[in-house]
Amino acid sequence: MKQAGNTRHSKGDFLFKLIAAACTAILLLVMAGIMFQLVRYSTLSLQQFGFGFLTSEAWNPVTGDYGAASSILGTLVSTAIAMLLAVPTSFFIALLLAELAPPAVSKVTGYAIELLAAIPSIIYGMWGLFVFAPFMADRVQPFLGKHLSFLPLFHGPPMGIGMLTAGIILALMILPFISAVMRDVFTMVPAVVKEAGYGVGGSTWEVTRYVTMPYGFAGILGASFLGLGRALGETMAVTFVIGNKHAISVSLFAAGNTIASTLANEFAEASEPLYVSSLVELGLILFAITLIIQIISHFWLSKIRDAVGAGL
Amino acid sequence: MIHRSSKQRNFLNLVTQVVAAFGALLGIFFLGWIVFEVLKRGGAALSWSFFTQLPPPPGVESGGVANAIVGTLGITGLATVMSVPLGILAGTYLSELGRETALATCARFAANSLVGIPSIIVGLFVYASLVAPMGGFSGYAGAVSLAIIMLPVVATTAESMLNLVPNELRESAIALGAPRWKVTLQIVFRAAKAGILTGIILSVARVSGETAPLLFTALNSPYWPNTFTMPTANLTVTIFNFAMSPYEHWQQIAWGASLLIMAAVLALTVTARVVFRESRR
Amino acid sequence: MSRVIALSRLAKQEPSQQMRRSIDKELETEVRFSVRNLDFFYGGRQVLFANNLDIHSKRVTAIIGPSGCGKSTHIRIYNRIFELYREQKATGEVLLDDVNILSPAVDILELRRKIGMIFQKPTPFPMTVFDNVAWGLRLHYKLSQRDLAERVEQALAAAAILDEVKDKLGEPATSLSGGQQQRLCIARAIAIQPEVLLMDEPTSAIDPRATDKIEELVESLKQRLTIVIVTHNMQQAARISDFTAFFYEGRIIEAGPTNQVFTNPKNRQTQGYITGCFG
Repeated sequence: MKQAGNTRHSKGDFLFKLIAAACTAILLLVMAGIMFQLVRYSTLSLQQFGFGFLTSEAWNPVTGDYGAASSILGTLVSTAIAMLLAVPTSFFIALLLAELAPPAVSKVTGYAIELLAAIPSIIYGMWGLFVFAPFMADRVQPFLGKHLSFLPLFHGPPMGIGMLTAGIILALMILPFISAVMRDVFTMVPAVVKEAGYGVGGSTWEVTRYVTMPYGFAGILGASFLGLGRALGETMAVTFVIGNKHAISVSLFAAGNTIASTLANEFAEASEPLYVSSLVELGLILFAITLIIQIISHFWLSKIRDAVGAGL
Repeated sequence: MIHRSSKQRNFLNLVTQVVAAFGALLGIFFLGWIVFEVLKRGGAALSWSFFTQLPPPPGVESGGVANAIVGTLGITGLATVMSVPLGILAGTYLSELGRETALATCARFAANSLVGIPSIIVGLFVYASLVAPMGGFSGYAGAVSLAIIMLPVVATTAESMLNLVPNELRESAIALGAPRWKVTLQIVFRAAKAGILTGIILSVARVSGETAPLLFTALNSPYWPNTFTMPTANLTVTIFNFAMSPYEHWQQIAWGASLLIMAAVLALTVTARVVFRESRR
Repeated sequence: MSRVIALSRLAKQEPSQQMRRSIDKELETEVRFSVRNLDFFYGGRQVLFANNLDIHSKRVTAIIGPSGCGKSTHIRIYNRIFELYREQKATGEVLLDDVNILSPAVDILELRRKIGMIFQKPTPFPMTVFDNVAWGLRLHYKLSQRDLAERVEQALAAAAILDEVKDKLGEPATSLSGGQQQRLCIARAIAIQPEVLLMDEPTSAIDPRATDKIEELVESLKQRLTIVIVTHNMQQAARISDFTAFFYEGRIIEAGPTNQVFTNPKNRQTQGYITGCFG
């Protein structure tokens, strides 16, 4: 019976830790690399257009004049439509799953919602282009144009594709995701707190409104922020249906573009250095926006996690 | 003191419940509609040749996406091989070895931010770092971009799963006189196996449907993926190109490919859940 | 100094002649561990103060005291397991065979082979019953497959669990009951032939009948091992230990032969604790 030598063990530990630390450093390198490359590639455009890039509506590869205004605005508008539709709907779905539906129903529905959150965005894009855009053109847009024509938002020919359709598709994309997170927030509210609410004779709505919601308010907001981050950077679902036109229009029926859709459509074909640089600068703007959103929602959610002390 | 009539309160309660149910049903209806259309239109496109042949030229009513299936499997597989060991080791450092070090704190922050940035940005990064310097689109670049998307997901799930391993288990292995690396590899990893596996499957599910980062990296190709040094066929970019084309047959093929991707992603997601639930028994 | 015969020291106090005589003759064995002026810190907070204690070879020493008094912390120094946590620090001396085990020169892996540890909750590794015991053996010894199987069997027999698991060697260890799991952990610890066994409230998470079995096991193991057992159960300490040390707020208030500590405590606090005033 021989004893195994022990001296190599501490060397093994050191080596193991070193390798693991190197792998950890890769995360930092990637993050730093992304920032570095985005800035490096946008330098040309930054020098050429300066801050005017943010406000210029131009986008002309022939004359070499580029501006981000329509892409930024398109990103914000499509995201706003999506949030406006998805947040309340998600809230209702979460409420249904956590409070109202019988356990069997909410279990099955909850499972389905989680699966839907996993469906890739390109599937939503396909459905949007071939199923939903014609439906919008034939039914929804003529209806809106007829009854809400006093709003300039709903003017113009019903083409199906355009800002409104893109916003709705985006809403559907982030819906399962926000619902799932919100449901977790609702179920995190301790049962005793709710029981106390029912104990004094509150109705389901009253307990939800005055007990559950204030308790889970921060979590609901956090979930919405996470959804917002996703909607801002979503590429494929939007690219299919937004029409990809560099123009700013009051009408939601009109074609438009977002930062992500512009990149998806034009980057692989761009050859002029200034064109490439302008596109990368768009990417840099998107990166900055989502990073800020990400950081805010991260700190927000971890603050709640500390306060409530449950896995979210 | 004025009593609020319980009739009124009950009515309000009913109204909100009906509105909630209606809103929820509306959302669920749309989501069901999407799945239904993909099944119907995609199902119609599936055939033997769909799985065995190369994409047809415009106007030819046959062909399939065999090359793209192989390409997607290859790119995703390569991305998994690259990111899983790195991600698990990074997660190990975050959870076991360097928990409170400055490196861990910064890397944890970077990982959380990376999870949230749009995948198209990762595509730009890999284009700038690999495609442009090497002078062309390639399957390798595509795999790297997917690996970058997977890496933070694998690392953060590995970290949280390792955190769930009870400390007594580590201590009792250490108390037997085992070196730290053996304790980690042979005991802690084994205890966290199901959780880490779940994380890996979910991250594979996530990237196998990714399109945006492949647009500037792997691009697409009508040929068999004999080498990953060239533009490489893959399902998602094929869907994008064919759906945007004016040819009806190509659009049909795009539906078939969509069904394939959706089925694969859902299957992976369900598998992940089953693995995780089994482990909880 | 560490090999003095059969002495128990009170904290900060040399044993008196009278005390030496009072110690039961049959308890007299070598001193295994000699703890000298041991302080312990969690970050900036000191939790053990000038602990002095002798642990006798092939005897059972019970460590008692109210929760949070530093009992577990104290024995977690003996195998330096506390070093897993960066913020924990021990100063002072723990002499084992005249060597201060806190010295960085000590081979920590060999130290832990010599000093086994059993935890509050059973900690079966996520592998088969056989592999649980074999894992530790493989760490320290190069054994043929046959020798390995033999040593695993011996350890299981010594831990009085062989009969219950001999048909389940290939099954996951987690399929055993809590009491069986704890005895498996004891088998795993004694398989690598330690000289000392540290037990940190080993019966607090298992039922009374399983507790009886483990107490019997402790009795039989002391033929070949030095055992230090932390327990919050007074009856258990009285039943199974030869020596007892009473801890209170990080200090060793009283230490000596168990029958003396229990029947004729020198210290009022010890008396109060034992008679249940602040247990």
